[in-house]
Amino acid sequence: MSSQSAIPNPQSAISVTFTLNGSSVTVEIDPADRLLDTLRYRLGLTGTKEGCGEGECGACTVYLDGVPVNSCLIPTYQVRDRKVETIESLDPRALEAFERCGATQCGACTPGVVMTAWWIRGHPDLLRTHTIRELMAGNLCRCTGYDGIVDSIKEALGER
Amino acid sequence: MNALLPESIPEALDMLARDPAAVPMAGGTDLLVHWPVRIEAHDRTYLDLSRLEDLKPLTWKADELVLGALTTYWDVIRDERVGREFPLLVQAARQVGAIQIQARGTWAGNVVNASPAADGVPALMAYDATVVLESRRGREEVPLDRFYSGYKEMRRRADQLVVAIRIPRRTYSFQIFEKVGSRRAQAIAKVGLAVTHSDAGWRVVAASVAPTIRRCPAVERLLETGARAGVSSSEDLSPAIAQDVAPIDDIRSSARYRNRAMARVLYHDLKDFWRPRA
Repeated sequence: MSSQSAIPNPQSAISVTFTLNGSSVTVEIDPADRLLDTLRYRLGLTGTKEGCGEGECGACTVYLDGVPVNSCLIPTYQVRDRKVETIESLDPRALEAFERCGATQCGACTPGVVMTAWWIRGHPDLLRTHTIRELMAGNLCRCTGYDGIVDSIKEALGER
Repeated sequence: MNALLPESIPEALDMLARDPAAVPMAGGTDLLVHWPVRIEAHDRTYLDLSRLEDLKPLTWKADELVLGALTTYWDVIRDERVGREFPLLVQAARQVGAIQIQARGTWAGNVVNASPAADGVPALMAYDATVVLESRRGREEVPLDRFYSGYKEMRRRADQLVVAIRIPRRTYSFQIFEKVGSRRAQAIAKVGLAVTHSDAGWRVVAASVAPTIRRCPAVERLLETGARAGVSSSEDLSPAIAQDVAPIDDIRSSARYRNRAMARVLYHDLKDFWRPRA
């Protein structure tokens, strides 16, 4: 399900300022705009993808204050004064383990998968209580069968 | 769509008093599902709770755990004490979507969304949680097992905001959380069960088998009776289950399957109580 951002109604437009990939941005939005649409259609950051639009597939994963969230389920006004990071902010090395392990095929899920995977890499303490598969359960991939994804995260963790 | 953006609890309560049709929004994980095509939802007014810092903390007190209205599933998963004292809360939280949802979804949101298939509510109810509501007219507390009056109906007036969930600290001698679904992750329950035993007695709470999450008093009475109840197979639980719940056929399962799954899970998990070893 894809959607275009509504044209802001001047009566109800909200000015929202937040930190996006390390820089402060201010954008006039309609209250109905989801963060996903603001990122893609207002700010031109199309690395974040829309898959299911219901918080199931994780293709739209971004970091909000450092934690992976579904940008399709967040009204843009809720990120005012907060910190948002998208796939565009990641170190390109985030993809190397993916390439080596065959963790990507069609690519539709890849930006979201890489976001969650890179978060796990940055928080290895999570693996005391969680398996990689449980932490990755919010990112659906219909191509790889997940083994390549899990292998690549193990490899990325080993590189630290 | 109109968004009200309060910066404090009193300001939020004023806004709700003036506009009781406003829908309080915490993490948005229910309200924004399929948002672009749910045009009718765009006509409503939403009350954004995300800046109300006082609603965020999870607080340990001498005799209770208090979840703020903005306490998320992830907050509970990451608190090692919750895992020790209220393990069912952690088990339920880990069944709710995955990190992306757990980091945004709130316990209070799960309560007021009032889904009969909720994951968090059965665990809260099995621990005798109380819902704390606030409005300009004052504070009210409603035990969670009396909060729902029908499908998606609850004892929350439109001008009231859920501000906290109180959970008494007790010593539990038995506690289980079970979710029967199509998959381990990212699935909604066909049958959910949370069962606890403490000095306050048995609590058996069922999900997805009635218009609301609800306690099962007939099954609880059987458990209080123990071995004398004469339960020696899952079929022996059917009369009590029929008194307590009324499952339906829907897209996720059938009434017949739900009844049988509930009986078998209850019989299997509580075998030691139905037929104590000599």
